[in-house]
Amino acid sequence: MNDRSIIRLENIKRYFQVGEETVHALRGVSFSIKEGEFVSIMGASGSGKSTLLNLLGCLDTPTEGEYFLDNIPVSSMGKNERSTIRNRKIGFIFQSYNLLPKTTALENVELPLLYNPAFNMKERHEKAKKALEAVGLSDRLNHKSNQMSGGQQQRVAIARALVNDPVLILADEATGNLDTRTAFEIMILLQELHRDGRTIIFVTHNPELAAFTSRNIVLRDGKIIKDGLNEHIESAQKMLDSLPKQED
Amino acid sequence: MNIGNLIKISFRALSNNKMRAFLTMLGVIIGVASVITMLAIGQGSKESIRSQISEMGSNMIMIQPGAEMRGGVRQSSDDMQTLKLEDYYALRDKTRYITACSPTVSSSGQFIFGPNNYPGSLSGVNQAYLDIRKLSIDDGTIFSDQQIAAAAKVCIVGKTITKNLFPNGDDPIGKVIRFNKIPFTIIGTLKEKGYNSMGMDQDNIVLAPYTTVQKRVLAITYIQGIFASSVSEKMTDQAMDEVTQILRTNHKLKTTDDDDFNIRSQEEISSMMTSTTNTLTILLACIAGISLLVGGIGIMNIMYVSVTERTREIGLRMSIGAKGRDILSQFLIEAVILSFTGGIIGVILGIGTSFIVKFALSWPVSIQWYSVILSFGVCTITGVFFGWYPAKKAAELDPIEAIRYE
Ligand SMILES: Nc1ncnc2c1ncn2[C@@H]1O[C@H](COP(=O)(O)OP(=O)(O)O)[C@@H](O)[C@H]1O
Ligand SMILES: [Mg+2]
Repeated sequence: MNDRSIIRLENIKRYFQVGEETVHALRGVSFSIKEGEFVSIMGASGSGKSTLLNLLGCLDTPTEGEYFLDNIPVSSMGKNERSTIRNRKIGFIFQSYNLLPKTTALENVELPLLYNPAFNMKERHEKAKKALEAVGLSDRLNHKSNQMSGGQQQRVAIARALVNDPVLILADEATGNLDTRTAFEIMILLQELHRDGRTIIFVTHNPELAAFTSRNIVLRDGKIIKDGLNEHIESAQKMLDSLPKQED
Repeated sequence: MNIGNLIKISFRALSNNKMRAFLTMLGVIIGVASVITMLAIGQGSKESIRSQISEMGSNMIMIQPGAEMRGGVRQSSDDMQTLKLEDYYALRDKTRYITACSPTVSSSGQFIFGPNNYPGSLSGVNQAYLDIRKLSIDDGTIFSDQQIAAAAKVCIVGKTITKNLFPNGDDPIGKVIRFNKIPFTIIGTLKEKGYNSMGMDQDNIVLAPYTTVQKRVLAITYIQGIFASSVSEKMTDQAMDEVTQILRTNHKLKTTDDDDFNIRSQEEISSMMTSTTNTLTILLACIAGISLLVGGIGIMNIMYVSVTERTREIGLRMSIGAKGRDILSQFLIEAVILSFTGGIIGVILGIGTSFIVKFALSWPVSIQWYSVILSFGVCTITGVFFGWYPAKKAAELDPIEAIRYE
C-alpha cells in the first residue's frame, strides 16, 4: 500500500434550509483517505453519514469547506464534470441495491459503461462479465434482477460499482437490507476487494461491522468524534464459519 | 455521450415495459390510421363523383317544366305541361351553342318476357339522347327517323333488363317484350355502365322513340323534359342563356313573368356535389386531426407519469454518471421511438383499413400519399413536442432526492 491520499476534506460543512430552519447536517469535517484504505463511517441515524457520503461521491456540494478528490478541488467542477467524475472514478453501492427492474445482471452491470463513450459493445460486455465473475455470479449473467435474492442483487450492484475500475467505492448501509449470513457474505466480498487494493468507504449504523474494516470514523451530530486505525481486522469469513449452520 | 448508446439505453428502457410502450403508442396509431383512412374515404368519394359526372357528360343541360304559378300555387313538375314538342324543335333548329338535343317522356312499369319480369321505366327519346348521356350501342341498332315518325313499337335495352328477362343468355335482339300490355320489339342493347355514385343502376334502362311513349303509352302531347349538350363545357352558360331566350319567346312570356321551365347544367350539379364531399372531407380530417392531437397528449401523459414512476431509475442513472442532458435525450428518444413506431404501425393500419373499406364495403377509396406523409410527420413532431416537457422535468431532478424517492 502506498501513501497517496485520494480524498482530502477540509472543514466541510453542509447545511440544509428547511423552511425557516437551518439543519446542520455536517458541522466541519476534516480527514483524508489514502489509496487502499477500507474505512467505516459509523454513527447514529441522522448523524450525517449519508450527507457525507453524497459529498464524497460528488452527488452533492458542501456549503463550506473544500473537498479534493485525486487532488482536484470538487467545488471548481461544474455539474457535468461531476457527472463524469462519478462515472469514471466512483462506484456506488446502495442499501436498496437500485438495480433496473426486469433487466439482466449483465445489462445492469454494463450501465455505467454506456455513459462512457470510450468503450465499445464488446469491451462493455467483457468488463461486465469480469465484474460479475469477481462477485461470484458468473452463472447468473442473464438472470433478471427480480429473479434474484437480496444478496445476489447486492452482488450485482457491487459488480456495477466495480465495472468502471473506480478509484473509490462508496457503500451506504450496503448490508442494511440483508440477513446476518448474507451480510457477512457481502462483507467477505468487500474484504476481498480491499485485499486487492481497492479503496472502500463503508457507511453503517451497526458498530459490529467496524471490526472488519481497516479504519473507523465515528460521527455524531455532524462532527467526527472518533477516527482511528483498526489494528486487528477481523475476517468476515471466519465470522461466517462460526455462525450456526443453516439447512440448505 | 454518444448517440448510439443513448438509443440503446432508450430501447432497453422501453422494452422493460412493453405494455406501457404499447399503450403510449396506441393513441398515435389510432390517430395516424384514422387520418389516412378518413382522407382516403373523403377523396375517394370526391373522385368517384367527379368521374361519374364526366361519364354522364359534363356539358349536359337538362330542361324541365316548372315554376308555373296557378292561382298562387306552385305546381309539381310532373303535372306541368309547359314543355311542348315545339320547344324541342325550336331548340333543335335555332341554337348556336347546342349540338344535340332530345325530348324525354317516361313511364314506369313492369317489363315482361315469358315468365320473367322486371320493374323499370321506359324512356321515350330520340337518337341524340345516346350522345348526350354518353350511352353506346352494344349490339343491334338505334331506332331510325322513320320509326320515330311512325311511333314504332321498338326499343333498346340495358344490361340489367337483358339479364333479368333473358336469364338463360338468349340473344334479346328480335324478341318481343311487353310493357303495360304493349309489345315492344328489341332492336338493340346498350353497353354496361354500372352503378352511379348515388347507387342508381344505370343499366336498368329501356329506350323507345319518344313518339311511341307519347302516343301509345302515355297518350299525351306535351313532353316531360329536354336533354341537350352544349358545344363545350365552357359554353354551357351561353347555351343556357340561349335556351332560356328561345323558350321564353316560344312561350310568349312577358319580361315581368317568371320562367315556366327550369334549366340545370351538369356543371351546377357537379359543383354542388363536390362541395358537399369537400365539406365531408374537411369534417373527416378534423375528426382525424383531433384524434392525432389526443394521441400526442397521450404520449405526454404517459411520459409524464413515467418520469414520476421512474424517479429512482433516473436518480440511479445520474449517480452512476448520466448527465442531465443524457437523461433529457433518453426521454426524448423514447418519445420519438414511440411516436415513430406508432406512426409506422398507424400508416400500415390506415392503409390496411382503407383497403378493407374498399373491398369489403366496396366504397370508393383513394389513399392520399400526402396524408400518409403529413400524419406521419405530425405524429413524430407531436411526439417530440409532448415528450419534451416530461423529459426536461426528468433531467432537472436532483439525483440525491431522486434515488431516495419512494
Ligand atoms: N435534503 C435534505 N434536506 C433537509 N435535511 C436533510 C437533507 N438531507 C439530510 N438532511 C438532514 O441532515 C441530517 C443528517 O442526515 P443523514 O446524512 O441522512 O443522516 P444519516 O445517514 O447518518 O442517518 C438529518 O437531520 C437529516 O434530516
Ligand atoms: Mg443514511
